[in-house]
Amino acid sequence: MSAALSNTKIMNRADLTCRLVAKLKHEEAVIGGIGNTNFDLWAAGPRPQNFYMLGSMGLACPIALGVALAQPQRPVFALEGDGSLLMQLGCLTTIATLAPKNLAIIVMDNGIYQITGSQPTPARHADIVAIAAGCGIAASHWAADEEDFERLVDAALATAGPVLIAARIDDKPGVGATRRDPAQIRERFMQGLGVRQPI
Amino acid sequence: MATEADAARSASTPGWHDIILRSFKRNEIGLVPYVPDRVLTPLIQGLHDDPFFTTFATAREEEAVGILTGAWMGGRRGALLMQTSGFATLPNVLASLVVPCQIPLIMVVSERGTLGEFNYGQSLVCRTMRPVLDALAMEHHTMTRLDELEFTVDRSIKQAVATQAPVALILSPLLTGGKVFA
Ligand SMILES: Cc1ncc(C[n+]2csc(CCOP(=O)(O)OP(=O)(O)O)c2C)c(N)n1
Repeated sequence: MSAALSNTKIMNRADLTCRLVAKLKHEEAVIGGIGNTNFDLWAAGPRPQNFYMLGSMGLACPIALGVALAQPQRPVFALEGDGSLLMQLGCLTTIATLAPKNLAIIVMDNGIYQITGSQPTPARHADIVAIAAGCGIAASHWAADEEDFERLVDAALATAGPVLIAARIDDKPGVGATRRDPAQIRERFMQGLGVRQPI
Repeated sequence: MATEADAARSASTPGWHDIILRSFKRNEIGLVPYVPDRVLTPLIQGLHDDPFFTTFATAREEEAVGILTGAWMGGRRGALLMQTSGFATLPNVLASLVVPCQIPLIMVVSERGTLGEFNYGQSLVCRTMRPVLDALAMEHHTMTRLDELEFTVDRSIKQAVATQAPVALILSPLLTGGKVFA
């Protein structure tokens, strides 16, 4: 487990993802990262504004940044695992520098690579919120519990970003099974963003 | 959309970088992340000087591919600038994201490692580039001549968008002068 505040509650990814999705009423875009973050996003129910990233570990945040730059009026969320974020930490500096107002990153921190056999990540002594703040994302916060997570999501929707919310989570696997059809996932997403019309 | 920067450039004979910039503009390629290469400096500078472009450095080339993928899906076109070593970091993201999701990723690669390279490591890295492109059946062109450059860049961008397929535009030292042993 990364070095979060000691009074931070251990929550559950699927539960937090449902809480997030329940708050999305204005076609906000959500990018699910590799494995469990997109499985739980899938399980939270179909939304045309969801993009399920299947195989490119660490790229949920960069993809979300690209969507945010293309559509500055649309709020965009990235859902990323702690192991995945570690693989692409540099992207936090890019996000801090470009400072898109409409981007929020949610890091599901279980301290392990759950999906590959729950091996601990090398970030045992690291604090993801401190890393993000150190990269220049000033609005970086640990969610103390589920209510605090919801409050932070409300704040992300109401105030200018970029924002990073980190949540300590348990070691449970994701609950959904995303359909592995990358071209269809991409096309549906583009339709959901109003870029394409169905043929 | 002509700007002051365009007017300033057209005063002298256009160089390879002017031609690429112009082709980008004509094809609405406005978002240009990069990891720099010495040879690319005049192109990068030209992009920074022109308000039409949103251009910025990323920490890794892979990250820039993610950004351009998201931007494409959101309706905004872009291109990635890098050197040969940068391309060598990309097979995973090309094979796992760009090709299966049918993203028309435009890559401009400054070719290091050949025609007078002085760094043995660079020359070996360079030899991995075309085999990777061929293994993924990706379109690529090596640009050696100024008089063919505009046609190649312009048509390649249009084809990438029309066919939803990536393309690599390799800038040979024959075109750019490359980097010489100091
Ligand atoms: C470049 C790369 N290295 C390794 C893998 C294998 N891999 C897939 S998911 C994963 C772990 C992801 O960990 P995290 O983001 O923390 O999510 P969790 O599984 O804990 O929910 C790994 C190592 C991969 N897909 N790509």
